[in-house]
Amino acid sequence: MSQPKEAPAQPGDHPVKQFEPVAPFERRHLLGIEPLSRAEIERIIHDTRGFKDVFTRSVKKLPTLQGKTVVNLFFENSTRTSTSFELAAKRLSADFSNFAVARSSVSKGESLLDTVKTIRALGADFIIMRHGSSGTPAMLAQQLPELSFINAGDGCHEHPTQALLDMYTILEKKGRIEGLTVAIVGDILHSRVARSNIFGLVKLGAKVRVIGPPTLIPSGIEKWGVEVFHRVREGLKGVDVVNVLRIQMERMKANLFPSIREYKLLYGINRDRLRVAKEDAILLHPGPVNRGLEVDQDVADGPQSCIEEQVTNGVATRMAVLYLLMGARAVDSDKKKGEA
Amino acid sequence: MKDKLLIRDGRILDPCEGRDEVADLLVEGGRVSEIGHGIRADGAHVIDASGLLVVPGFVDIHVHLREPGREDKETIHTGTRSAAAGGFTTVCCMPNTEPTLDTGASVNYIRAVAARDGIVNVYPIAAVTRGRAGEEMAELGDLAYHGAIAYSDDGAPVRNAEIMRRALQYTAMLDKVIMNHSEVLELVGDGVAHHGEIAERLGLRTVPSAAESVCVARDIELADATGGHVHICHVSTARACELIADAKRRGVRVTAEVTPHHLVLTDEAIAEFDTMARVSPPLRSAEDRAALREALRDGTIDCVATDHAPHTDIEKDQPFDQAPPGMIGLDFAFALLYTELVQTGFMPLELLIRRMTCDPARILHLKAGRLREGDPADIAILDLNATTPVIRKRVFSKSFNTPFRGRTFNGAVAHTIVAGQPVYRTGEIIADVAVGG
Repeated sequence: MSQPKEAPAQPGDHPVKQFEPVAPFERRHLLGIEPLSRAEIERIIHDTRGFKDVFTRSVKKLPTLQGKTVVNLFFENSTRTSTSFELAAKRLSADFSNFAVARSSVSKGESLLDTVKTIRALGADFIIMRHGSSGTPAMLAQQLPELSFINAGDGCHEHPTQALLDMYTILEKKGRIEGLTVAIVGDILHSRVARSNIFGLVKLGAKVRVIGPPTLIPSGIEKWGVEVFHRVREGLKGVDVVNVLRIQMERMKANLFPSIREYKLLYGINRDRLRVAKEDAILLHPGPVNRGLEVDQDVADGPQSCIEEQVTNGVATRMAVLYLLMGARAVDSDKKKGEA
Repeated sequence: MKDKLLIRDGRILDPCEGRDEVADLLVEGGRVSEIGHGIRADGAHVIDASGLLVVPGFVDIHVHLREPGREDKETIHTGTRSAAAGGFTTVCCMPNTEPTLDTGASVNYIRAVAARDGIVNVYPIAAVTRGRAGEEMAELGDLAYHGAIAYSDDGAPVRNAEIMRRALQYTAMLDKVIMNHSEVLELVGDGVAHHGEIAERLGLRTVPSAAESVCVARDIELADATGGHVHICHVSTARACELIADAKRRGVRVTAEVTPHHLVLTDEAIAEFDTMARVSPPLRSAEDRAALREALRDGTIDCVATDHAPHTDIEKDQPFDQAPPGMIGLDFAFALLYTELVQTGFMPLELLIRRMTCDPARILHLKAGRLREGDPADIAILDLNATTPVIRKRVFSKSFNTPFRGRTFNGAVAHTIVAGQPVYRTGEIIADVAVGG
């Protein structure tokens, strides 16, 4: 038995049916989308559906992680993602703790590795980690493999659960991912959301476009299988999904574009520009939204916007991730018992 | 120590003297006294070098010994043992210590510690500017008087073009070299990896190739204008090679070095966020690496220098962009390059030895890197049939920060001899008294 038994059943006509699992999920960590196979991504998306169903029940709780400890370790400010993980862990009955980085020994000069060893000694099983430096969860997973690390955003590298919830939202809304055209608009260079989305969507057979000024597009991005557009109307033409990234004020100071005003003039998503996308195109945004900047108020609140639904799907996605990693841990410990 | 040492029946390969023959080499009073056949020396200590290669001790004009200030990473004691294990008999240490080597007193300090603790020859390089801050010239003449062999603000470039121009004018008078870490800092920014697809995929901030080539172009123009001698440290880009080749054709006084890691690795080495592969300038593309190899072979780049840069495990066990740049290189540089450049057929053994002996010595006018009768007997004896495992117990540096951990390279140093005294023999340091200084 490779997975815990309490995975809820899937209803018959939902689009996740096309992602029926074909192989067991064997990862202990979720460090990024890039290392995942298509089947693994499909498996997570598939299982997300079942956990989303739980929300409609009167008792929104499952016993999957009973007796397990999940610790949030966020080195960057985040309310949405950390709360989303907290709710996901609690709905799976885990013991949950937020490790307060600002008030801890980290601020007294303790090394990152020592901090995480301390959390391990406190009995943690899962560490949900956000860090400003790319590669940090990967580095820790290599040093402390007996823990399970979930990357909740590392530098400009990856934010895998965001991409998974985006892909789940697309699937729910459009009924498929393969063959769709998805445009990601904004600061691709500094965006971990963009990288994770690109890696995932390309693996699932979507056509991915990125739209932004050359100063915000990574060098060599064509190798990732995406098409680059600098003019927003050309890039949005005929797309099924528009994923708008948050623009950060500090990029302007680094002279990557001249002003917020000019950014909005060139790349802001308004109703007029959205019209060149497919009529039934959906709009995603990882939040928090700078209304009136990267996206206009009426578009963010309009009928094509799925921004709130993304947030709801985020909890279900993170439950699915915790559940699947837990299953892999259980298999690992069974194997160890078998060897003993 | 015996006064006489006879190295018998080795293949003596000295590119500087044009010698490649099986012969005996006799050392008397710490100097090469005779090279010939069937030398008899009663009472001499004998090393049987049959089947082995006898070469001038290697010369490394760019190492970081970290003393004073960061003795947790390396000291002159450990760093010179690391050098001896790698067959290096002369090293030139960079001034980015704490405090900076920017006064005659600090240069004297290095020489005194090297005389006490060192087991190979140590020549201090002094800072170009006070505190390496790039604002005021250090007392370059006084530094030379106290024994600075060259000048460098390494770790950082001489940032201000006017100070670079004046320093080149001034050092031309002293007949000394400015070794520049040629990068435009504004273009480096907070970059930690080569500007290319791999770093972008990893979400790491990048350093464009132009950060180097723009500064190399500046340095060449200033050397040309002043008649000063500029040496470009650790060249990493194809474009810098072209600029240097062009300048040399025009007769500009420019020389250059390349590190073993830039010759062997590319930015692929950082793909798993391996902080051991974080160096400055960064590991670059396969095209750059190919150009560096070609430039070393055709002489555009004059020599190999390791940029031996020890860091502790604690420092390297950090997120990639927080781990300090640099890797060690002294212990296994020869075996690495023998395996990667000679055994692959890219360059003849004689040329690699040249680029590690007389070529670096020539740049800084060192009396080293050759086996001439009457010269100090600084010698490496190599066993091309042995191997060099890069494992902790075989590395004599205090630090073990290298992405080559666990690898084994072909060729090994069998003996290192400094001023006629054996200091290293396969896997062990055998001199615990100072011979350097």
